[in-house]
Amino acid sequence: MNAPEPQVKEIASSSEPHGVGARRPFVDGIEKVTGTARYTADLPAGNALVGMLLRSPYAHAELLEVDISEALALPGVRAVITGDECDMPYGVIPIAQNEFPLARGKVRYIGDPIAAVAAVDEATARLAISRIRLRVRELPAYFKSPDARQADAVLLHEKKQGNIEREVHNEFGDVAAGFAAADLVREDTYECAEVHHAMMEPNAALAAWDTERGHLTLWSVTQVPYYVHLTLARCMKMEAAHIRVIKPFSGGGFGHRTECLNFEVVCGMLARAARGTVRLLQTREETFLAHRGRPESQIRIKLGLKRDGSITACQAEVVQRGGAYGGYGLVTILYAGALINGLYDIPAVKYDGYRVYTNTPACGAMRGHGTVNIRFAFESLLDAMANELGIDQIAARRRNLLVAPAETINGLRVTSYGLGECIDWVEGASGWAARKGKLGRSGNVSKGLGMACSHFVSGSAKPVHWSGEPHAVIVLKLDFDAAVTILTGASDIGQGSSTVVTQIVAEVLGIDYHRIRVIANDSAVTPKDNGSYSSRVTYMVGNAAADAAENLKRLLVTAAARRLQVEESEVIWYGEAAAVASDPDRHIPFADIAEEALVGTGTLNVKGTFTCPPEFQGGKQRGGAVGSSMGFSYVAQAAEVSVDMDLGIVTVDKIWAAIDCGRAINPMSVEGQVQGAVWMGLGQTLCEETVYENGRHMAANMLDYRVPTIIESPDIEVHIVESMDPNGPFGAKEASEGPLSGIMSAVAAAVEDATGLRVRTLPISPPRVFAAMQEARNEAAAAAAEAINKEQAR
Amino acid sequence: MKRILGLWINGRWREEAVAENALLLDYLRDGLGLTGTKQGCDGGECGACTVLIDDQPRLACSTLAHSVAGRRVETVEGLATEGNISRLQRAFHEKLGTQCGFCTPGMLMAAEGLLRKNPHPGRDEIRSALAGNLCRCTGYVKIIESVEVAAGVPA
Repeated sequence: MNAPEPQVKEIASSSEPHGVGARRPFVDGIEKVTGTARYTADLPAGNALVGMLLRSPYAHAELLEVDISEALALPGVRAVITGDECDMPYGVIPIAQNEFPLARGKVRYIGDPIAAVAAVDEATARLAISRIRLRVRELPAYFKSPDARQADAVLLHEKKQGNIEREVHNEFGDVAAGFAAADLVREDTYECAEVHHAMMEPNAALAAWDTERGHLTLWSVTQVPYYVHLTLARCMKMEAAHIRVIKPFSGGGFGHRTECLNFEVVCGMLARAARGTVRLLQTREETFLAHRGRPESQIRIKLGLKRDGSITACQAEVVQRGGAYGGYGLVTILYAGALINGLYDIPAVKYDGYRVYTNTPACGAMRGHGTVNIRFAFESLLDAMANELGIDQIAARRRNLLVAPAETINGLRVTSYGLGECIDWVEGASGWAARKGKLGRSGNVSKGLGMACSHFVSGSAKPVHWSGEPHAVIVLKLDFDAAVTILTGASDIGQGSSTVVTQIVAEVLGIDYHRIRVIANDSAVTPKDNGSYSSRVTYMVGNAAADAAENLKRLLVTAAARRLQVEESEVIWYGEAAAVASDPDRHIPFADIAEEALVGTGTLNVKGTFTCPPEFQGGKQRGGAVGSSMGFSYVAQAAEVSVDMDLGIVTVDKIWAAIDCGRAINPMSVEGQVQGAVWMGLGQTLCEETVYENGRHMAANMLDYRVPTIIESPDIEVHIVESMDPNGPFGAKEASEGPLSGIMSAVAAAVEDATGLRVRTLPISPPRVFAAMQEARNEAAAAAAEAINKEQAR
Repeated sequence: MKRILGLWINGRWREEAVAENALLLDYLRDGLGLTGTKQGCDGGECGACTVLIDDQPRLACSTLAHSVAGRRVETVEGLATEGNISRLQRAFHEKLGTQCGFCTPGMLMAAEGLLRKNPHPGRDEIRSALAGNLCRCTGYVKIIESVEVAAGVPA
């Protein structure tokens, strides 16, 4: 139908674009810049008691006695609890639950919570903690994977032989034939240090116990409130219906908060024990000890290439130091294998993964979950072999592109694929052809250029708790005020999820942005959401939001037709108004339409859902669901570096990153996500690593755990490639995790371009670069000496 | 021991009994309910608690409340005037200089201190002024752009 252009158009169009594709500021940005945004620690806590944890000073020990009598007797102490309070183990993966909120029988890392206190003030709480007496029998402790795997090692957990939490072995395609057909086969080893999320907000929880009703309300920093909800119910043996979980503003997550953490359960248990309200603020050190970051990894990887650069086979062995508890571990070790696939066309892959228990804080999900370290190894080896074959690094990647739609050998479906265009842009923007290998040296500074590619899922196609529910649910409320309220359980943790769903609803309904508000993350109000992890929100919750808005729009069009006394097909929908097609002067504003829509029914609550069809949920192999997704983001990036040839200091001068995120719902937000992800990866590349000395965390603060400051952070130029995904909302995919994992090898390649040295260990910190340069000098000197000797011998 | 503390907070004179060992951060947050100023670390590591004392950026977590008696303390809550957010706040909002928002109050106050001293800073001056403020979301790119926009540099 050709829409006429009556004056209602003026009524309908708001001054700025606000729908899909608009560079809108965040819907909750004003609160953030005015200081009115309340994070968990900012909530008015009234007379809340102060909660505090006693943490293990032992890396591995049997707990023989925890004597709390002296602490309990102190004036002002309202509750002291120990492992006796909860005998239900918990953990994010239902088949791997082996953690208690407070240790029972054994402690497994320095920092493992043993007891907790609720007291009238901080000084009393601190005093009470100091009065808890421990009697233990220390056990041998293991801080490195090989030590924990020794045949005679004491087991951290029963029945986990060799301290292996999970082994993964699979082979797809004919790997032996692939290597036999290759012109060049090479195997290398890579090592990556453990890194931590270090989101800016330290952990915090507030719990209010309603003694009369036996109800609990918990406010926390979580990315997945419903996991916290379920875990509270499990550990406190309560009905889930008697619990309410609220997530206020959250100061980042990056995966740290995708599983329920011990302090959240302890806070709830303390409130119940003290029959009141307890605030449990975690120090920065304690936040580091809750860890859940990316594991220290040893990777042995082998590739076969034809002379033209095409990949014939890949074989990889990954060992991850998982820390003291299961957490997300088995998913991480599965991801590392699964997402070798899906970036390039690889006909055969063999993968062996080992997740190891050690006496260090448990690792877990961190941005780019499981894919980052293996991508560093893969891309680095591909570069090295391209060099050996005399192929340009970009050409080597172009040789191996997928063609969408494709299904990988391990059952991943690729339905949109803009990697080729990403590579094209990076090649042009970085001046690759003219500058690679030609940036040269001036004084003691040598410059270089490198690139790499990466990808990530837009939401795990199979949720952790497979309950038969849709993957996402959104509710839109339309009421007498003609406002549209989005009710969502999706956690905005700074990534802008509330803004994305608002733009999608605004796009579908065509209504003014200010008519829409978002209420998120209150289990008493908002629908359950699977949470903010695996970059699922834009794709899944976005689709549910579009569905809900379409459903609401249908009701509104019906109401408009009724009010205008025409057939529905006669209604032209402008969002803020509706008009009659044959008589455009007859129009009514949104408020009238909303009023009509409520006649006979009252407040409208309209639902939208999204479900991933089974065919997208991965291969049939054990663990095949991990890595499966309906849409993959693709990223190519180039880095330009300067290396101080005397000191080994690497400075990244500039990064060009191109992302295929499908349709960019909000291009400004996509840029922010890409810049943040690349930068976070840059921290892992250059300087971030946890350090344990006999199990004690030696860098549990923001100075010793070195994240890049604004001084060391380069400009990151972002280019968006919109390969429209057939199933994403308006064609959208994820934009926040894929960009992280390419930067390690892009920088390593640039360092090689500058120095001739390939660093295979992360971080590429000055001591490591210096050592590599020193080694190269020694080798060169030795070679020279040998040459002289030979000369003299002649 | 408490003593009377008199000082200017966001343009208003306040006088009250404050513990001698109270940190400015705790006085602002717990005593005055000005929770815009954040605690992001265990002391002096991250810059999230940056406030202005007589126009100079200072870490409220490492400042005794009594040490700023009689002086002008400004927090993020004082940046907006008559309900209108400042140019700097608007720039951080519109240019996405804030993502999770937790570092934002400290970033804003450090940047405000810079712009008062130097209304047209260059990139290196911005970098240098914000070097003590960590952000984990943005990679700093849009933070720098936001400060530039506030300072009138065409984006």
